[in-house]
Amino acid sequence: MLTILYDGIAYGMLLFVLACGLSVTLGLMNFINLAHGAFAMAGGYCTVILVNRLGIPFALGLPIAFLVTALLGGIFERTLYVHVYARSHLDQVLFTIGLVFMSVAAVDYTMGSSQQFVQIPEALQGQFEVAGIGMGKYRLLIIVICGLLTVALQLILAKTRFGSRLRAAVDDQRVARGLGINVGAVFGITFAFGSGLAGLGGALGAEILGLDPTFPLKYMIYFLIVVTVGGTSSITGPFFASILLGIGDVAGKYYVPKLGAFVIYAIMIVVLIWRPQGLFARGAAR
Amino acid sequence: MNTRADDVALYLKRRARWSPFEIAFWIFAFATIWLFPGKYLILKDTAILALFALSLDLILGYAGIISLGQAAFFGLAGYFSGLVAKYGLITEPVIALICAGVVAAALGFVTSFLVLRGSDLTRLMVTLGVSLMLGELANRYSNITGGADGLQGVEIEPIFGRFRFDLFGHNGYVYCLVVLFICFVMARRIIYSPFGLSLRSIKGNTLRASAIGIPVKWRLVSIYTVAAGFAGIAGALLTQTTAFCSLDVFSLERSADLLLVLIIGGTGYLYGGLIGAVIYKFLQDWIANLTPQYWQFWIGLVLVVIVLIGRERMAGWIRTLRAVLARLGARLGPRSPALGSAGTEGH
Repeated sequence: MLTILYDGIAYGMLLFVLACGLSVTLGLMNFINLAHGAFAMAGGYCTVILVNRLGIPFALGLPIAFLVTALLGGIFERTLYVHVYARSHLDQVLFTIGLVFMSVAAVDYTMGSSQQFVQIPEALQGQFEVAGIGMGKYRLLIIVICGLLTVALQLILAKTRFGSRLRAAVDDQRVARGLGINVGAVFGITFAFGSGLAGLGGALGAEILGLDPTFPLKYMIYFLIVVTVGGTSSITGPFFASILLGIGDVAGKYYVPKLGAFVIYAIMIVVLIWRPQGLFARGAAR
Repeated sequence: MNTRADDVALYLKRRARWSPFEIAFWIFAFATIWLFPGKYLILKDTAILALFALSLDLILGYAGIISLGQAAFFGLAGYFSGLVAKYGLITEPVIALICAGVVAAALGFVTSFLVLRGSDLTRLMVTLGVSLMLGELANRYSNITGGADGLQGVEIEPIFGRFRFDLFGHNGYVYCLVVLFICFVMARRIIYSPFGLSLRSIKGNTLRASAIGIPVKWRLVSIYTVAAGFAGIAGALLTQTTAFCSLDVFSLERSADLLLVLIIGGTGYLYGGLIGAVIYKFLQDWIANLTPQYWQFWIGLVLVVIVLIGRERMAGWIRTLRAVLARLGARLGPRSPALGSAGTEGH
């Protein structure tokens, strides 16, 4: 029982790191980015190449995966996404689904369609017991890293100048522009950073979530659930949503193995009907 | 007051007249039965896809509801028609087809209330969620649906007790084409009725539409229900002609491909789904021959390029093309050039 809780929290933390970039881009530009999972996959494969083929230590591979994906996200944002912000939601959906298809086929072509595993150092494998609960070391690492990231993100958003600019732009883009905030630049940086986080999440999660070319399609719905249920106006909303989703998914798969995903979708639909703006959103969200 | 109503009626009647272009299109469509006897399989798939795209066009192109879950109705009706045939509940294919459509429409009616709430993103999530839930259910009750192996042992009786589904797919194709045509005529009636006009006004501006007294919610509920029924008929056709149904009828790829089909053909006009289905199928066939495993990449590229170019601009090109054709038609006599243009689109 407690092991499920533990695994669920680790899973939820992972989902949060994967999806928080998406929630900011959605809230800021009202942009539906279905291709977010593609960046996560890029991070995962980046780590696979670095660690397995080039023999770079795992601890060094993670930050590099973050940087590479952030760079990739930044390039895509400046060259492609910029043209689609002002379009209708239909166009955005089509555009990003197209990107997902392309990434799936491209990764299939270059890396093969089989599942990839990251070689994790010996020290992180296995589990230890605390008060009779078996806790995987690797999951503990995930919880620690993701917890630290969450605190850091919250501090950046709440305390720094960039954070206040970002919040201003999310709340009202036009007024923020009027106050001299360069919303485009703020968005570009946030997008790159969010993609980087997704990449880091993909690298960390390759062990738990599995990594194969269909990754962006498989987990797209999970990211979207986190964002729609959590609301887009803060990062605490998506955080609680992803923890809930993580625990719910692990528990569902454990207790009712064949109906697990069904429960998740049902809960999502109920929440969306009950509170279309998300569980934790403030009143005036879009 | 009365004259205003007469004006509307006159306008609708004028618009609803069958143009020579349309007649030529359908003559050509039915001529394919004799023109390409070796290609029945792909033609049949195209006809089903066209009907499916037509159903999405009704809600997306005319009512402005964005949906990633049209596969829910397709799949439900597919399994329904497969199951009734397997257990011999309804043996006549045409009746089973109609029943499957009604079942799908019922699901559409029930879910429409969920879909009509909230913003575009919520709609996307709810429609997608419904189809994924059905997929999970079909997977869960694998003793009924066959699970991942698909529904096997379906035997479809001859249509009207006379036309057997033969090995070459000839009768299957004719059946699909006839159903497509009937559904198309129905959709056409709906679009050119005052009801259809009110849908377009809702898409144009919901607030103003309700201000002039259009019951927005119920109009959307009814069109969503009708579209679900059409999608269901498409799904049932697929099961009946292949005598097989598998879990991928509910997949996200199916709904996403459908959006692509509609975008290629153009939303908001009835032939969009049909032309899109033809182009898409031939494109897919051609690319899959070149690179069997990676055709998805090129499909994705097409999507990205279409959005970057801009759908409005492409619609503009099509309008120009049609204007040119119309001018040519006026010069050379009404029939022949229109036939030629339908022919090029067919290939």
